[in-house]
Amino acid sequence: MDFLWTIVVLVVVLAISWRYLGSYMAAVFDGRVQFLAWAERPFYRLLRTGPDQEQTWKRYATSLIVFSALFAALGYLLLRIQGSLPLNPQHLGAVPPGLSFNTAISFLTNTNWQNYGGEETMSYFSQIGVLTVQQFVSAAVGIAVAIALVRGFSRRGSDTIGNFWVDITRCMLYILLPIAFVAGIIVVSQGAVMTLAGTVTVHDSLNGVTQTIPRGPAGFMGPIMQLGTNGGGFFDVDLAHPFENPTGLTNLLYIVLTLSIPFSLTYTFGKMVKSVRAGAALLAAMVIIFGVWVGFTSYSEHQPNPAVAAAGVTAQPTGNMEGKEVRFGDTTSALFDVAMTQTSDGAVDGANDSYNAIGGFGLLSGMMLGEVTPGGVGSGLYTILLFAIVAVFIGGLMIGRTPEYLGKKIQAREVKLAGFGILVMPIVVLVLTGIAVSIHAGRAGPLNGGPHGFTEILYAFTSQTNNNGSAFAGLTGNHAFYNVVGSIAMLLGRFAIIVPSLALAGALAAKNIVSSSAGTFRTDNTMFVGLVVGVIIIVGGLTFFPAVALGPIATALSHKFYSVMPLLSHAGMAFSHLWAVLR
Amino acid sequence: MTDVSVSPVAPAGPEPTRGPSQAPAPRGVAGERSLLDPGILRYAVVEAFKKLDPRTQVKNPVMFVVLVGTVVTFIESIAHSTLFSWSITIWLFLTVVFANFAEAMAEGRGKAQADTLRRMRSETEARRLDANGVETRVPASQLVKGDLVVCEAGDVIPSDGEIVEGVASVDESAITGESAPVIRESGGDRSAVTGGTKVLSDRIVVRITAEPGKTFLDRMIQLVEGAERQKTPNEIALTILLAVLTIVFLPVVVVLQPFGHYLGATVSVVILVSLLVCLIPTTIGALLSAIGIAGMDRLVQRNVLAMSGRAVEAAGDVQTLLLDKTGTITLGNRMADAFFPVGNHTEREVADAAQLASLADETPEGRSIVVLAKERFGIRERELTGPHEFVPFSATTRMSGLDLDGRQIRKGAAEAVRRWVTERGGTVPDWLDDIVDSISRQGATPLVVADGADILGVIELKDVVKQGIRERFAEMRTAGIRTVMITGDNPLTAAAIAQEAGVDDFLAEATPEAKLELIKAEQEGGRLVAMTGDGTNDAPALAQADVGVAMNTGTTAAKEAGNMVDLDSNPTKLITIVEIGKQLLITRGSLTTFSIANDVAKYFAIIPALFVATFPQLKTITIMKLHGPSDAVLAAVIFNALVIVALIPLALRGVKWRPSGAAAILRRNVWIYGVGGIIVPFIGIKLIDLFLTAVHWY
Repeated sequence: MDFLWTIVVLVVVLAISWRYLGSYMAAVFDGRVQFLAWAERPFYRLLRTGPDQEQTWKRYATSLIVFSALFAALGYLLLRIQGSLPLNPQHLGAVPPGLSFNTAISFLTNTNWQNYGGEETMSYFSQIGVLTVQQFVSAAVGIAVAIALVRGFSRRGSDTIGNFWVDITRCMLYILLPIAFVAGIIVVSQGAVMTLAGTVTVHDSLNGVTQTIPRGPAGFMGPIMQLGTNGGGFFDVDLAHPFENPTGLTNLLYIVLTLSIPFSLTYTFGKMVKSVRAGAALLAAMVIIFGVWVGFTSYSEHQPNPAVAAAGVTAQPTGNMEGKEVRFGDTTSALFDVAMTQTSDGAVDGANDSYNAIGGFGLLSGMMLGEVTPGGVGSGLYTILLFAIVAVFIGGLMIGRTPEYLGKKIQAREVKLAGFGILVMPIVVLVLTGIAVSIHAGRAGPLNGGPHGFTEILYAFTSQTNNNGSAFAGLTGNHAFYNVVGSIAMLLGRFAIIVPSLALAGALAAKNIVSSSAGTFRTDNTMFVGLVVGVIIIVGGLTFFPAVALGPIATALSHKFYSVMPLLSHAGMAFSHLWAVLR
Repeated sequence: MTDVSVSPVAPAGPEPTRGPSQAPAPRGVAGERSLLDPGILRYAVVEAFKKLDPRTQVKNPVMFVVLVGTVVTFIESIAHSTLFSWSITIWLFLTVVFANFAEAMAEGRGKAQADTLRRMRSETEARRLDANGVETRVPASQLVKGDLVVCEAGDVIPSDGEIVEGVASVDESAITGESAPVIRESGGDRSAVTGGTKVLSDRIVVRITAEPGKTFLDRMIQLVEGAERQKTPNEIALTILLAVLTIVFLPVVVVLQPFGHYLGATVSVVILVSLLVCLIPTTIGALLSAIGIAGMDRLVQRNVLAMSGRAVEAAGDVQTLLLDKTGTITLGNRMADAFFPVGNHTEREVADAAQLASLADETPEGRSIVVLAKERFGIRERELTGPHEFVPFSATTRMSGLDLDGRQIRKGAAEAVRRWVTERGGTVPDWLDDIVDSISRQGATPLVVADGADILGVIELKDVVKQGIRERFAEMRTAGIRTVMITGDNPLTAAAIAQEAGVDDFLAEATPEAKLELIKAEQEGGRLVAMTGDGTNDAPALAQADVGVAMNTGTTAAKEAGNMVDLDSNPTKLITIVEIGKQLLITRGSLTTFSIANDVAKYFAIIPALFVATFPQLKTITIMKLHGPSDAVLAAVIFNALVIVALIPLALRGVKWRPSGAAAILRRNVWIYGVGGIIVPFIGIKLIDLFLTAVHWY
């Protein structure tokens, strides 16, 4: 019942945010909201730019890369000299080079893969000045790219796609900062810690032990890490920690924050291209996949854990609670983790490694679909648009017209860029996993052997390339190999998709808009939603099926850890029955 | 004949070409050929092996990967010879051969047509005139642009040109397949002649307008042969998508080797190659070029020559059709519609006299008068028993009629009859002018009927909208295509005809400039425009239009400006061209969908087979219950190869296009090719597996 209410509240709140946050964001990026213009101006003066200075896609991309490189370098530097910086009550020393590099890249790329435990490694200065700042910055960059691509659709015969500096400034001032601030107050009011004082030592006279309890400015980090789909928490155990995620309410708030911008951006898209229905179609595609994944993952986690059952526990009335927090429960944890794996957020409020097979598959496959349902802030929209372009292309051909999306003809260049953007992720994941399992340094990573260990490696690269950052656990990541190769995965997964997306924006903006007629391929109806869902599932399925068959499916089928995988075997039996009947 | 500058009430002269009202049979320059034409089959089989040349293969990235895969399994088979590895090698090889065969089949059809054309381009001798008018005989191949040649009855016109002197009837059947001769004359819009056609009467002097080797005939041969075939924009985009799919499956398959190794499984190279070939879109990759060639071929079969594949694709995208009224929407000829008596005469008297005057008139207009009189008043055609003499139409009198028992019955243009009556001392009633004017104003043609000095009345000849054209336009509308009628008529008449024909819009009193403006305005609004034209003054509009179909009867300027030529000179063909363009894209899209959807079943056949030895639990997902692991792989590979052959007829004929909304077409094709594409291979692979088991292949 609680789970049902959670879903109801979630749907209502997200529906409201879709409509109003979505249209507000459109107004912000169209420059129609001006109440903070006084705060924008100093930035523009400093950068010698302004809303009237439009950029071509190449300048936009260059600005973005220069900006990102500067922040990565700054982040690395600050982590390296952490020991000499203030706000370090625990006197933590410099972060080692490999880890600093990995962490700087990880937060820059909105991944928030953490090869460290926050409370033991990062000073308060690093947490606030490096990690939290990057969480704002990377979110703003993602949203800016999405908006630039949307402008590609809404403009006609234009050389330019907006101004990068203006877009991130506005995103920061009008969207991220205000929402994160309000959410931060709610989270702190629920009991999250927010202090600059160091650890406290408590003596538990009852048990006769002395504990050192880490604290810090966690309460305000949670909201932006969720709002910006970053997912890298203050503490090692992330949002499973009661100091950062104290109650069921904050848990729900974190889900809402994570999903609100990615979903709402589809409204922004619809508003900006003057077809809210087109935006709603993308929303529908996202919701369908998201809903199905929440459904079967929650169902799976509501089932008993076979390993626990094998250990002799006969009754597990609350489902698979192994690795889950009692204050969240089985199904809500599953909801939380599906939301985090399908948004590129990657936060966890439990241990993904302890999921039942189907549940674990739900989390892994959610990422393998390319983080588009709804995906990360901005990245979800621009990536699903790449899928939509491929869907439009195939569908458009099937009705006998040069395919067009929102009046823009989809031709060789668009197909090339969209195809490239889509294939980067699976290729990087598979090739890097292939390298990892082939060399000693890579093989040393997983704690388990066989298919489960393989799944751990596969999960790590899937998570990093998708800029998700969720960890399956069980993999020791803080080695030179995983620090460096992981960084490569994160960089490619971020920028090798951003650059083609911006190039696509440029190509589309330059085009004229073809008028629509009864013979035009509709991109705002059920059929199109079906096609987009189909393309996402088929691309994900075809590229990852062999790897998944060897990892989670083999694990699931092996009886070693889990019981048989009900879905596939049911399908198999249904088919063989059908075959018998046909014969 | 569709020249818009001609006054709408000009008397209809004799039709020099076949009336477009006769539905053109789908007969190409080389005639219809069955899919199983033995000549073409023989050619295709030979070509299929010739095309194995890696230099040819590399142009098709998907099939090139298959060829490389074949080489890999071949080497593997030599190293570790098993029945399985050899079977796979042979079927992979056959996959490549089948793809070549598909392409060669499509080319073969064009080649056969080209051969027919080439036969008639036999070395003709030209009678070249020099500056002094002296004739020398030179081979046609030595003619250059600007040369003057003489052609007399019986001569084959040596090259493309324009008549500068004389008039002749020309047999163009070699190019158009139409046996009725056409009139060609100097000046105006009928001055163009085509090399390879034959002069039947009279003498003409032609100025050559084509460089040797670049004549219309040469171009036609190249087009049907596909020698100059360049990939069209959508084809390029699709090739990129297929390359992307091929590239993405490469690592998917290659990494299975280290994955398997890590998990302690041995992965057979032959199976990996098989998996790769099954996953990359070989079906569409093999048929893609055949679809393109066949699309052009379908046009040629309907006597349309597209100068580029790009134009054919653009035809599928057209959203606005500009259609000339005459010949497209209305029959070329006007038909008698009403009789208006003047003075004391009755309608019946007018009808009776009009019929008598038209008895010998074999023009469509004349026949229609006879028919109307019969329909209205039951006046039968009668045998004339008394002494009588027919007076044929002549340009000087502008009348025709009959002298019968002393009566002189005439029908003709108002001015001519008025003169005739006045000359004979008759009076012209005042209200004749009113009737004539009102008929003219409505865009119809008035013919005045007189009996001696007595004016009986007026016949109204009206435009008749072609049968079935209204339904055709309604179909176009459901397919999202707007039809615009172009006419020289006044807006009132135009509106009436537009209403009757059911076009969406019309352009009345059209001048070439107005036409050009209309096209530009449509394009400005993001719509692609198709039109037909034949006159020199149509050339700018033809060039501006996205699809400009020039009539073969038209001028060289028009033919050069357009990007298609209709050899039948039938403007209704525009609709057919749009259909073929759409069909081309639909066939590509549908087969792509089918190809990708096929992968699902192939995965279920192959993946368990790959690792079932290491992970026996994967047996659970061997939902197809195939005979054995290697058997499953072989069955998938065989299916993959055979499906290419099975789909060749579809690729060559094209997927059906019915005019309907985009949503309906999409739904239909997604079901057939998407869902069907998932189901068919499950059944196909299972059947092949059962067959292999039955013949004890293992």
